[in-house]
Amino acid sequence: MTAITLNGRPHVVPEEATVVDLVAETVGRSLGPDGAPLDGGRLGVAVAVDAAVVPRSRWRRTPVAEGQAVEIITAVQGG
Amino acid sequence: MTVPHPDLGHGPNRDRNHDPDHGPTPDPLVLDGTELSSRLIMGTGGLSSLHTLEQALEASGTELTTVALRRYAPGQGDSLFALLERNDIRILPNTAGCYTARDALLTAELGREALETDWVKLEVIADEDTLLPDVVELLDATEQLVARGFTVFAYTSDDPAVARRLEDLGAAAVMPLGAPIGTGLGILNPHNIELIASRASVPVVLDAGIGTASEAALAMELGCDAVLLASAVTRAQDPVAMATAMRHAVAAGRLAARAGRIPARRHAHASSPMAGRIDTDAPDAGAADVPRGDWAPVGERP
Repeated sequence: MTAITLNGRPHVVPEEATVVDLVAETVGRSLGPDGAPLDGGRLGVAVAVDAAVVPRSRWRRTPVAEGQAVEIITAVQGG
Repeated sequence: MTVPHPDLGHGPNRDRNHDPDHGPTPDPLVLDGTELSSRLIMGTGGLSSLHTLEQALEASGTELTTVALRRYAPGQGDSLFALLERNDIRILPNTAGCYTARDALLTAELGREALETDWVKLEVIADEDTLLPDVVELLDATEQLVARGFTVFAYTSDDPAVARRLEDLGAAAVMPLGAPIGTGLGILNPHNIELIASRASVPVVLDAGIGTASEAALAMELGCDAVLLASAVTRAQDPVAMATAMRHAVAAGRLAARAGRIPARRHAHASSPMAGRIDTDAPDAGAADVPRGDWAPVGERP
């Protein structure tokens, strides 16, 4: 298992998990290889790993490594 | 001065929902090449009920709303996103809560990735008591975001010099505050707002401070291209009614600004003719008997 920080809290993911796995688990939707939801809707989330944005196109190729800080953000009411 | 005259032949024709017989609105707000028929931009914060928010947004007639970007919490984000999509309202992600250009850049990048838009409402705040813009960080962030291909809507102070600098750096719109966020104090420096609007070659959006409808109308009368507000509606006792009021106020202010208002004058100016008045019993009540004010006539004032 790999220990990371997800949205400010300790979290563990399976070995060899990638960002797309972590996003799918977090939002509770199945995602295709390109990161798009298989239900056809829009996802509306973005990911930063250690304060650097990981574009959706790279989610599948980006492994989640021990000790990383991952932020998964979305639109909320504001402004 | 010649005032450009909108095509008013169709009457109140901004309402695409209730006025389907008439063509496209003649006076669109153009932001980064995108035409919007509503000049009211709404924030979405401040209402706990998404149902009321949806009703208020619909009543406001807005076609563009701001959202904030925060950590995903299960069951929270999806519904707002879906609400805006089904109402065909464009999303303008903001960088609220950022205190540095560095934070704002990361937030803007996340917004672009999550919401698939290059538009960003750039907010860089100096401190949490005033929520006033930190213009040094703001100018820095604007320059960097423009270089990265963002369309920057810069929330700024009511300083005309800063507004000019933002425009020079490539901001797509300049958004001076009327008063600090959430205060409802209205437009504290109308002179500055008018100056910013008169000198800008990009759209000027009055952002923050609006408390009630007359203040939104004033912003438009001062020459602003649009008004952005949230709390005035979402924290009103009746948000839907206030949203309706704001919709009309912004439209009224825009029409008034383009209609060429009369100059203010100190003396009354009768709108009924003096000639042809009925006779009274005084056959020759001379003009000299008419009481007059003691102010110098308009035009001869010091």
